[in-house]
Amino acid sequence: MAAQIELNEEQQMLLETAADFCRNQSPMGKVRAGINEQVSVDAAVWQQMVELGWLGITIPEEHGGLGLGLSHVVPIMESMGRHLMGSPLFATVMATQAILTSGSETQMSDWLPKIAAGTAASIALTEADGNWNLEEVSATGTIHGDTIRLAGNKTFVLDAIEAAVIVASVRIDDQPRLVLIDQSCLPTGALERETVIDETRRSYSLCLDEVSVAADQLLPASDFAAIEQTAMILLCAEITGGMAGVLHVIVDYLTTRKQFDKHIGGYQALKHPTVQILLGLEAARSHLYHAATTLDQPDELTRRIALHSAKAQGSEAFAFAGDRAIQFHGGFGFTYECDAQLFLRRALWCQYQFGDERYHRQRLAPLLLDQSA
Amino acid sequence: MSVQPQELDEFSREVSAWFAENRPPEPGFLLPETFMEVGEDRQFEFLRDWQNKVYEAGYLGMAWPEEYGGRGMPQAFQDIATREMARQRVPFMLNTIGLNWAGPLILNMGTEQEKQKYIKGILSAEDIWCQGFSEPDHGSDLGSAQCRAVRDGDDYVINGSKIWTSLGSYARYMILLARTSTDGPNKYAGLSYFLAPMHSPGIDPKPIKKLTGEYGFCQTFFDNARIPADSLMGKEGEGWNIAMLTLTFERGATGGQAGGIAAMDLNINDVVELARRSVRGGRPALEDPLLRDELVSLMLEARNNALMSARARVPALATDWPTAIPMSGKLRNSELKRRMCQFALALQGANGARFVSAGAIDGGKWQRSYFNAFSGTIGGGTSQIQHNILGERVLGLPKG
Ligand SMILES: Cc1cc2nc3c(=O)[nH]c(=O)nc-3n(C[C@H](O)[C@H](O)[C@H](O)COP(=O)(O)OP(=O)(O)OC[C@H]3O[C@@H](n4cnc5c(N)ncnc54)[C@H](O)[C@@H]3O)c2cc1C
Repeated sequence: MAAQIELNEEQQMLLETAADFCRNQSPMGKVRAGINEQVSVDAAVWQQMVELGWLGITIPEEHGGLGLGLSHVVPIMESMGRHLMGSPLFATVMATQAILTSGSETQMSDWLPKIAAGTAASIALTEADGNWNLEEVSATGTIHGDTIRLAGNKTFVLDAIEAAVIVASVRIDDQPRLVLIDQSCLPTGALERETVIDETRRSYSLCLDEVSVAADQLLPASDFAAIEQTAMILLCAEITGGMAGVLHVIVDYLTTRKQFDKHIGGYQALKHPTVQILLGLEAARSHLYHAATTLDQPDELTRRIALHSAKAQGSEAFAFAGDRAIQFHGGFGFTYECDAQLFLRRALWCQYQFGDERYHRQRLAPLLLDQSA
Repeated sequence: MSVQPQELDEFSREVSAWFAENRPPEPGFLLPETFMEVGEDRQFEFLRDWQNKVYEAGYLGMAWPEEYGGRGMPQAFQDIATREMARQRVPFMLNTIGLNWAGPLILNMGTEQEKQKYIKGILSAEDIWCQGFSEPDHGSDLGSAQCRAVRDGDDYVINGSKIWTSLGSYARYMILLARTSTDGPNKYAGLSYFLAPMHSPGIDPKPIKKLTGEYGFCQTFFDNARIPADSLMGKEGEGWNIAMLTLTFERGATGGQAGGIAAMDLNINDVVELARRSVRGGRPALEDPLLRDELVSLMLEARNNALMSARARVPALATDWPTAIPMSGKLRNSELKRRMCQFALALQGANGARFVSAGAIDGGKWQRSYFNAFSGTIGGGTSQIQHNILGERVLGLPKG
C-alpha cells in the first residue's frame, strides 16, 4: 500500500484561508439561526465565496474557473464541516463534477462559466428506496423526438430551489443516464422540502412526472463512479471537519463541568472514549488527505480503495463521536440547546449519505481480498 | 547536510544486496518475536551475533556521532537500512533497550565520559542493556518506586527488587530508577537514575516463566548490592525527569534511536495470507461474509496507522492536537497487533484452540504471537495508562 499524503502550496493556502473564513462566517449562533432560513447561506457570504474562486476551483480556465483538481476543494469542505457552515457548495460541486466528467463541450460551456461566477447547481441521484448504488435507478426518461419525458421521483436533492440547474439520473433505454434539468423546466410543486436529520441542510424531493427536457440535455457519458467518488471525498472532508468540531465541544465540557467536586474530564469512563474520538479524528484526517492525494493520480484501484476506506472509517468514527458527545453532556446533552446534537445530526447525515461504513467495507472486501496478490 | 536522492538510491541498492546476501540461515529453533521474549542462551547468542554483524557492516547507529562508535551520517541512510531490514524480514536487533532508549538518552543528556563508555558497546551488542523501572508493588505508578539507593563512600548500596526485567539475565547494564531520599516534597523528588552495572555483587536476576510457557524476563533482586557512585546519571533527585525522558524514547515519540528493527514483523498481510489458506466450517474462510468484514476492518485499522505516519510528515496537516500522532503510536500499533493475532485464531476453526506444536496451524505461531502481543499493550505503560496520557497531555483533560 502506498501510504502517500501530499499537500501542495495552493492546497495549503486554501486550507488557511478557508479555516479563517469559516470560523468568522459561521459562529455557532449563526449556524442555529440559519436552520430557520429558506436558503443555506446569505447572499453576501456566497458572493465572498465566489470571489475567493471557490465555485470555480475544478472548472477549467477556459470556462472561467481555476482549473485545479478536486483535491483542492477538500480543505474548503473540511473547514465548512468544522463550523457546520451551510451553503450550496456541496450540491454545486457535485453538479459541476458530473458535468465535467460526463457532459458535452456545449453543456460545459453552457453551465460551467455561470457556476464559476456564482450560479448554484444541484444533483438528484437518490430515490425513495435509499439505495446507494447510483446505477440502480427507477426514474425514467423516454425520448420522443427532440424531447425527453421524465417520470419518477428523486430525493435528497440539496439546495434545489437555489439551483439553476439540476443534474438528475434517470433510466433511458434501460441504461442509467444523466440529464440536465433547467430550473425553468420544473412545474410548481415539483420540488418539496423534506425533513432530514441534519437541520443545517435543505433537502428536497423532486417529482419528475411532469418534466420534459430537450434531448440535447442528455449528458453523453454516464460516469457514475466519478460522481460517487466526488460525493465520498466531499463527505469525508465534512466528516473530518465535523469531528474536530465535536471534539472541541466535548473537551470544553469535560474541562468545565464539575461533579463530585471535580471536572468530569478526570473520569476515565469519559476520558478514554474521548481519546478514542481523538484517534478517530487523526485517522479520518489521514485517510482524507491520502484519498485527496490519489484523486490527482492515475491509478484507479488505489483511488477507489482510498476513498472507500476514508468513507468507511470516517462514517463510523464521526457517528461514534456524535453519539458520545450527547452522553457526555448528561441531561444538557438531551436538549436542543446543546451543540452536541448539531454534530450528531451532521454525523448521521454524513454516515448515511452515499454509503455507511458497512456498505463501504463490503465494497472494499473484493478490492482488498480478492485481487490476486 | 543535504543528501542527493541519487546517493540514497545507490545506498538503498547496496543495503538491499547486503541483507539479501548476509541474512543468517534459519537457526533450527524458534526465534523470539521481540527482545522481551529472549529466554534461551542459543536464542540470545544467535541474535547478539546478528546485531554485531549488522553493526560491523555499518548499518546500525548510522546517524550517531562517529566519535562514539556511530557513523555520523544523515538519518535518511539509517531509515533506508531499517526499512530494508523490515522488508527482508531479517531477525530484529537484540539490544533494543540500549539502541532505542538508553543510547539516545545518553547521547541526549549524558556526560562525555558516559558517551565514550557506553555507546559503542550498545551498537556492537557487546553490552546488553536492561531496564529496572517496574517493581512488584509499583508498575503503572512508577513514581512510587521504593527500591533504595544509599550513598556509601564511592558506592551506592542498593536494596529492593525490580520486576519484569526483560533480558535481565543477559544484561551488562541496567537503567535503574531507585529512591535516594524519602523526605522530598513529593514522591518524585527522591528518585535517582543509575546506569548500573549488572555484574555487581548482590544483584541477582531470577527468570520468571511467562504466559507462553517460555522465559524472557526476570525479577532482579538487590541485596546490599554495591554499584560505583559514578553510575549515577545527572544528579540525585533528577531520576523522575530522566525516566520520563527515557519513556519518550521508548514510546517512539522522540527521534534519536539507533535504528534497526525491534521486533519480528507480523503485519496484516500475514493475516490476510493466513485467511487465504484457511478453512472454517468446511469452506474457505475468505468466503465467509462476517470474517471478510472483520478482516477488512482490521485492514482499515492498519491503514490508519500507516497513513498517520505519512501525515505526520506534513506539518501543515496537523490537527488542533499536533502531538496526538507521535504520542499515540505505541497504543495504536500494540492494540492492533493484539487484535490481529486474536483474529488469526478465529480463522482456524477448532484448531484455534491448539498451542505451539507440530499439529497446530503454522506451528502455533499465531497463538504464541497473540499471547506475546500483550507485551506491547502492558509493557512500557499499559494501554489504559496511554489513554490517560493522551487525554491529559494531548487533550488537556484533568488528571483523575
Ligand atoms: C513482556 C513485558 C516486559 C516488560 N519489561 C520490562 C522491563 O524490561 N523493565 C521494566 O521496568 N518493566 C518492564 N515491564 C513492566 C511494565 O512496564 C509494567 O508491567 C507496566 O507498566 C504495568 O505495571 P504493573 O505490571 O505493575 O501493572 P499495574 O500498574 O498493577 O496495572 C494493573 C492494571 O491496572 C491498570 N491501571 C493501573 N493504573 C491505572 C490508572 N491510573 N488508570 C487506569 N488503569 C490503571 C493497568 O492498565 C492494568 O490493566 C514489562 C512488562 C511486560 C508485560
